[in-house]
Amino acid sequence: MQVNMLVNGVEVSDDIEPRLLLVHFLRENLRLTGTHWGCDTSNCGTCTVWMDGTPVKSCTVLAAMASGSEIMTVEGLATDGELDPVQQGFIEMHGLQCGFCTPGMMLSARWLLDHNPDPNEEQIREAISGQICRCTGYENIVRAVKWAAAHSQKSDTREEVGA
Amino acid sequence: MTDVKDKPDGVGFGRVIRKEDARFVRGKGSYIDDIVLPGMLHGAVLRSPYAHAKIISIDTSVAEKHPKVKAVITGALLETLNLAWIPSLSHDVIAVLATDKVRYQGQEVAFVIAEDRYSARDALELIEVDYEVLPAVVDAKRALDPGMVVIRDDIENKKDNYIFDWGSGDEAATEAVFEKADVIVEQDMLYPRVHPAPMETCGAIADMDPISGKLTIYCTTQAPHAHRTLYALVAGLPEHKLRVYSPDIGGGFGNKVGIYPGYVLSVVGSIITKRPVKWVEDRSENLMSTSFARDYHMKGKIASTRDGKILGLRVDVLADHGAFNNTAQPTKFPAGFFHVFSGSYDMEAAYCSVKGVYTNKAPGGVAYACSFRVTEAVYAVERMVDRLALELDMDPADLRMKNLLRPEQFPYTSPTGWEYDSGEYPRALQLAMDIAGYEDLRKEQAEKRANGELMGIGLSFFTETVGAGPKKHMDILGLGMADGCEVRVHPTGKAVVRLSVQTQGQGHETTFAQIVSEVTGIPVADVEVIHGDTDNTPFGLGTYGSRSTPVSGAAAAVASKRIVEKARLIASAMLECSPDDLEWTTGRWQVKGDPSAGKTIAEIALAAHANLELPEGVEGHLDASCVYDPPNLTFPFGAYICVVDVDPGTGKVKVRRFIAVDDCGPRINPMIVEGQVHGGLADGVGMALMESIPFDEDGNCLGGSFMDYLLPTSLECPSWETGETVTPSPHHPLGLKGVGESATVGSPPAVVNAVLDALKPFGVKHADMPLTPAQVWRAMQGRPMRTDLAIQ
Ligand code: FES
Ligand code: FES
Repeated sequence: MQVNMLVNGVEVSDDIEPRLLLVHFLRENLRLTGTHWGCDTSNCGTCTVWMDGTPVKSCTVLAAMASGSEIMTVEGLATDGELDPVQQGFIEMHGLQCGFCTPGMMLSARWLLDHNPDPNEEQIREAISGQICRCTGYENIVRAVKWAAAHSQKSDTREEVGA
Repeated sequence: MTDVKDKPDGVGFGRVIRKEDARFVRGKGSYIDDIVLPGMLHGAVLRSPYAHAKIISIDTSVAEKHPKVKAVITGALLETLNLAWIPSLSHDVIAVLATDKVRYQGQEVAFVIAEDRYSARDALELIEVDYEVLPAVVDAKRALDPGMVVIRDDIENKKDNYIFDWGSGDEAATEAVFEKADVIVEQDMLYPRVHPAPMETCGAIADMDPISGKLTIYCTTQAPHAHRTLYALVAGLPEHKLRVYSPDIGGGFGNKVGIYPGYVLSVVGSIITKRPVKWVEDRSENLMSTSFARDYHMKGKIASTRDGKILGLRVDVLADHGAFNNTAQPTKFPAGFFHVFSGSYDMEAAYCSVKGVYTNKAPGGVAYACSFRVTEAVYAVERMVDRLALELDMDPADLRMKNLLRPEQFPYTSPTGWEYDSGEYPRALQLAMDIAGYEDLRKEQAEKRANGELMGIGLSFFTETVGAGPKKHMDILGLGMADGCEVRVHPTGKAVVRLSVQTQGQGHETTFAQIVSEVTGIPVADVEVIHGDTDNTPFGLGTYGSRSTPVSGAAAAVASKRIVEKARLIASAMLECSPDDLEWTTGRWQVKGDPSAGKTIAEIALAAHANLELPEGVEGHLDASCVYDPPNLTFPFGAYICVVDVDPGTGKVKVRRFIAVDDCGPRINPMIVEGQVHGGLADGVGMALMESIPFDEDGNCLGGSFMDYLLPTSLECPSWETGETVTPSPHHPLGLKGVGESATVGSPPAVVNAVLDALKPFGVKHADMPLTPAQVWRAMQGRPMRTDLAIQ
């Protein structure tokens, strides 16, 4: 079947099997491999992307369901090659180790900051609680999001893609 | 020479952001499943639904007719290649694909290779396997009962499920201590089966070039060189035609040390199809079939005087090794380093025994940040010390303080023969207590108790045993555990360092650059780290057991020191003076008494490549290498304090605070060390409170997905409070000890001790991990359950 969507601001269309998961569509058909896959049960959140401005677990969405939607993946976080403050925050505060959960974590963090520019620790922990990181013990992810909050300005493009 | 003070910015040890992050935050890491090769096929494994069953027949004919299927491999085919069984690292064999029987749920039965991922999975459904189900051995405690079904009837004359008996220490002396002791406390405890569960599962791509005969294996391996040699030894593949390439790895924690059937199947698949074959397991496959950790049933016995001087310790272990003895560990001992179980305490005698048995469960045993059973050892001694404190009605902190090894006892020879390198234990414990505000916490607890609230404070003090290791303790199938490192300074003064070890998130691209920088003065930014590719790195046995810094880090330091020494000779030729007249400042040799006359390492590097007349015996270029054979293990240590609140209505545990003081010697990059400690503490909370893989009476694995095998999220973890002391190791050229596993080893007993401390008003003396609400609730009713069995 035919699907069309706007991925990181670029129109894409493809002929796919109806059962294809969005995570596989992004990773294999579009070769956007920054979106990861870590479980079979929608528990880990390494596959998190934005669909029409809301974080979703792309392993739990059929590519067909995303047709007509706007998708943002980690590859769309930077603007004109300039890192989003969330990305910079993860670097500055050592919010990642193996990097596998990181794209999903950053996308949730960006969504949180767009809706709550100055979150407290509890709100940050709540916002990433649907995602698992096996390396960092979350402490430095929380610090990274705080760093980003202190250095954030919403970019125009993201407002268009986002809610 | 390398005692450099006042280093300029960007040189050497200290907080530096990581080089690898630039690609990861952009989603540009390259993990195994991100790699696509031209013409690549996809493999999928058919697994056994039963824990124990005879295979009557396997019919693959329908699957083979699937239009997208290229090949179906069964055990019968592997037998013709002599690859149905391969040796384990523990004097046993494992089945690549089952031929006679399946011996655990999730065991590999057939392998389908198809054009795409989904079709390979579809074709699995088309394979018909006829099984004759056998009774399963689920309870390790009953594995040796007379008449019990024999799991390993593939072994000639095997009539039971026994694997080994092993002991360490002086049993007679230990018993003599128990004879004279005022106080003896005994406690049974289980360190249940847990799984490393890295966020990225295991996988491989095998690519056999049919013309050159060169086989490239891209693989999630923590030990690429060890894998290459094992493929050569086991499959008879010529080692010079084998390249193992470890890309970015999404977490390892020991899960990616061993060689799994899926890797071998990708190789066979590529040889058969003459195309690259990718295999990446899904999460259930990862949890159900790849290396688990622990599964130790321990009987502890501790002796002391009435005033709390510990005299002796004995631990007898029943070890559940699953269906194959496949602990991927390099020690010469079947229980790894379990015999460091006397821990951080001064005592007269200690003895441990370990009995290994087969059960119908997945094999493995040491994976998950454990330093080869040090995790179990630390848990045993730290629980026993707390049990003793309870018996003596003594504060557990006082009891520990009274018995910790004192600084003047180092180097210390333990009752089982380990030589601990260095330590200032009481200082670390005091620091943790100061950070925690220990006295105030105890006061608060007393007030809460008076109100019926359940607050607990738990301590643990651990001594780690890492840096595997000296030849007397270990090897892998006869290979010693020395690691190589090569440092090359290019003509413009920029350096490349090649490592034998492989990062899975530890940040080697940054920390090894810092080691080279620390010694040579070349800025960290100017040092490139190359690793993970056996064609481009020196031989060594890989990253696990916190061995990278102690072994490979030492190799990097020594190679760097050789560079500096060579640079001195070249500088002396450039400056036309004697090498003895030169002194080293960061990155520069200068004439003593005339600092204006000197040559930087970059100037020297250029000269070394140019037409300067070099001193006799000095070759051109500025390279050095080192193969580091560690003289001893290193012994990082730490003091941990956990504070919990338990809901008396539900049994739910909330970790309110966790204080971790770690001593891993000098810190290459404090930011990275702290990050590793945080991660290990989360592991500890997970194991102590949540992670569980029980089995039902038929051997069904009940921890086979993230719905059942619960990992801690941001909400279960508190904001970690860390502290440090620094006691350099005399056995490492830079005094470094390694830290990767410390917190995973040290934290579980602190959490458990805290929960049991909270439950003290109920008279609870012990309950096994994981301390789920159900388990805590049952403990409060006086009947904690066994956590390894789903049916009580
Ligand atoms: S892959 Fe685990 S939640 Fe999507
Ligand atoms: S950084 Fe490894 S899983 Fe989060």
